[in-house]
Amino acid sequence: MTAVTAANPTLVMGPVLYNWSVDAWVDFHARVADEIDVDRVHVGEVVCSKREPFFADRLPEVIERLQRGGKTVVVDTLALVTVKRERQLVGDLAALDGVEIEINDLTPLATLDFGRRFAVSPLVNVYNEGTLAFLASRGAWSVCLPPELPLAQVEALAREGARLGVETQVFAFGRLPLAISGRCYHARIHGLAKDSCRYVCSEDPDGLEVDTLDGEAFLAVNGVQTMSQDCAVVMDELDALVAASVGAFRLSPQTGDMGVVATAYRDRLAGRIDGAEAMARLATAGLTMPIGPSMMSRAWTPATQPGR
Amino acid sequence: MGVCTGTAMTEASIPHFPRLVDHLVARLPTLPLDLALRRFITSLTERHPSLFSRLDDQARKTFLIDPTDVSIAFLLRPDPALPRLEAVKRAPDGTIVAARDARIAGPLAALVGMVHGALDGDALFFSRDIVIEGDTEAVLALRNAVDDSEIDLADEVAAITGPASKFVAEIFRRAAPVAERMTGVTLTRAGGTTA
Amino acid sequence: MNMVAEIFRPELVCPAGTPAALRTAVEAGADAVYCGFRDETNARNFPGLNFSPAELTESIRFAHDHGAKVLVAINTFPRAGAETLWHDAVARAEGAGADAVILADLGLVAHATVKHPKLRRHLSVQAAASNPDVIRFWAATFDIKRVVLPRVLTVPEIAAINLEISCETEVFVFGGLCVMAEGRCSLSSHATGKSPNMNGVCSPPSHVLYREEGDDLVAELGGWTIDRTPKGVPAPYPTLCKGRFSAGGYSGHVFEDPVSLDAAQLIPPLIEAGVTAFKIEGRQRSRAYTQAVVGAFRKAIDDHVAGRPIASDMTKRLAEGQTTTAGAYKKTWR
Repeated sequence: MTAVTAANPTLVMGPVLYNWSVDAWVDFHARVADEIDVDRVHVGEVVCSKREPFFADRLPEVIERLQRGGKTVVVDTLALVTVKRERQLVGDLAALDGVEIEINDLTPLATLDFGRRFAVSPLVNVYNEGTLAFLASRGAWSVCLPPELPLAQVEALAREGARLGVETQVFAFGRLPLAISGRCYHARIHGLAKDSCRYVCSEDPDGLEVDTLDGEAFLAVNGVQTMSQDCAVVMDELDALVAASVGAFRLSPQTGDMGVVATAYRDRLAGRIDGAEAMARLATAGLTMPIGPSMMSRAWTPATQPGR
Repeated sequence: MGVCTGTAMTEASIPHFPRLVDHLVARLPTLPLDLALRRFITSLTERHPSLFSRLDDQARKTFLIDPTDVSIAFLLRPDPALPRLEAVKRAPDGTIVAARDARIAGPLAALVGMVHGALDGDALFFSRDIVIEGDTEAVLALRNAVDDSEIDLADEVAAITGPASKFVAEIFRRAAPVAERMTGVTLTRAGGTTA
Repeated sequence: MNMVAEIFRPELVCPAGTPAALRTAVEAGADAVYCGFRDETNARNFPGLNFSPAELTESIRFAHDHGAKVLVAINTFPRAGAETLWHDAVARAEGAGADAVILADLGLVAHATVKHPKLRRHLSVQAAASNPDVIRFWAATFDIKRVVLPRVLTVPEIAAINLEISCETEVFVFGGLCVMAEGRCSLSSHATGKSPNMNGVCSPPSHVLYREEGDDLVAELGGWTIDRTPKGVPAPYPTLCKGRFSAGGYSGHVFEDPVSLDAAQLIPPLIEAGVTAFKIEGRQRSRAYTQAVVGAFRKAIDDHVAGRPIASDMTKRLAEGQTTTAGAYKKTWR
């Protein structure tokens, strides 16, 4: 068993990316507050502004509950901001006092006071030292890196983050957010327009599976967002990432027992169990989708020639 | 300036090579034809070095250029160090047996039109006038490199010297008027800055 | 000229994948041509395509002699540990006499602002600046002169944006349509390990394989089946988001049909909406495409400015799937 070297990396519960019922969403966060071993919890609608009003009323109570449970709370902004109401939402969040915020695109930088602290989500393109340095100069204190980054670049950015005093974070568990669009695929698949979508995305609390025509499990859609169908897991690389100064690991909520997931990561990061044991525990979390490797640990090969 | 001249490609179907011309091509003996093709590709290497440098790694791939309405096809290995172009005859069932990395197949008029910059390869692919098999990256590299080199096949033939040139010139001399009249495909390059 | 009814004459910005295509575009009536270096610094990093530094210098001279501008796209996201390659590209573009660089990465834009203050900066569509607030952030922080708007906006939204910003806007009017917010899509990465952001390629040809299976043309990307096209049906580009999949009992084009954007008929309302420049996609296409599409849009713009109607269906056969759409410019697309 290899021991994780750095002391206590932070465990982060990411924002719920799916359209859960309001009750399920409140209950989930109550459980996170009371029972689940994570240090930081993200709330707020990232994917679709049409979902936001349903949660807005209950948000203060959820935040308060999480804080009472000893968690640091971070409120997320929308990923794709176009219409006036969305800009208003983002502006309001950017003006919030007494709570951390995480930006999901650069729109909040237009209204944030200089030096106002913010976190940066994996949906913001941070690929290099120059971008990291600019965001740090504007007040970024934590940056969750894009899931498509190869390991070597995650390590390079983590070291640069340490030098700049910015926490770098890795998306360690969950269906990978791969793309965001102006178009709603959930509505399109159901033959509906986005404006009259009947909130069909709420029928799929883990997203809706998209298979290839040959039946391979490929993608999932979540309203305007496209995700991997696998629940991507960063496990084998944890030691290397911690050694490179990655300071936090994000677990993205799926249905199933996120408590089991969090404990598996906590124990693995503390060196109490090995990777195989952690993977075995994840297999008991009641996930509805297959577990797969993260992008940083996958190998791709070019197309092979036909045998003619 | 200012007017759409792309009528050749916005109109209906790609013409097929006339049978009369194909009979002429099919009866040509292979050895002199190969000599002529070798001289042609060597001359092309000298006259269009950027075509070959643009291909980079892909220059060492072997392409089967397969004009489906003609009795023969061509094997091309555009390696500037040792360029190769040779004719291969079609089997009675219409197939071509030859080792290659990629095959580009379609009516001769479509293939020539692409070389001359008169037809768009992607559009021919979307309409399925041309078919691509094998190494897609190599095919794309070849298409892009050829497109940049503004080749006029008639000029290239004229540039060849020696006895072999006569064979290729003869094909063009016989084929060009028939083909242009019957197919409406230009056998010299469309537009551009050279005569 | 009738001074009363004078219509704003927008800039026609055209693609060039090769020096020959650049000359073709200029001769077909492009006001400006955009192109990139032959490496991973630009988002059309395909084999056999793009410009060496010497070719760029020569091509810029040709364009300037013919009264056209050249915009150099350096619109991928620099790799950690290798930013120099991108920094050098900006310096080389300035050295070659480029009229502007088209950038997407925050760090690279910051670098160019400090190191090349006199070089005009455009914000690439890959930066996905989709609202007036974020555009004002870019313009105020880095003196961005023009923003290429993402293809997720409707015409009224574009008009609203232009009312609130002071920099110019450029919109796509023809060509391949990204269905996702540009620069925010890792689908290609997921299937092949290569992405537009990191490598300048989407659904790269090195990972594409076509095979005939019965009457179907099967397209594979990175080993995943992304399409089956029956005989007689137009073939799609092997782009992941235009493929056929199954989901929730639906089988077909889950993300987008294999269509091409054609907004020729929207030129008048887009000018009305305050757009400065119209962009044609297709640096990976041939000279034949460049000549036909640039020529058609030159005529469309000239006709509109002269008060004549714009002809329809000019370039249908060049379009993907041979059908066209007005895309997100019409709200029903969503």
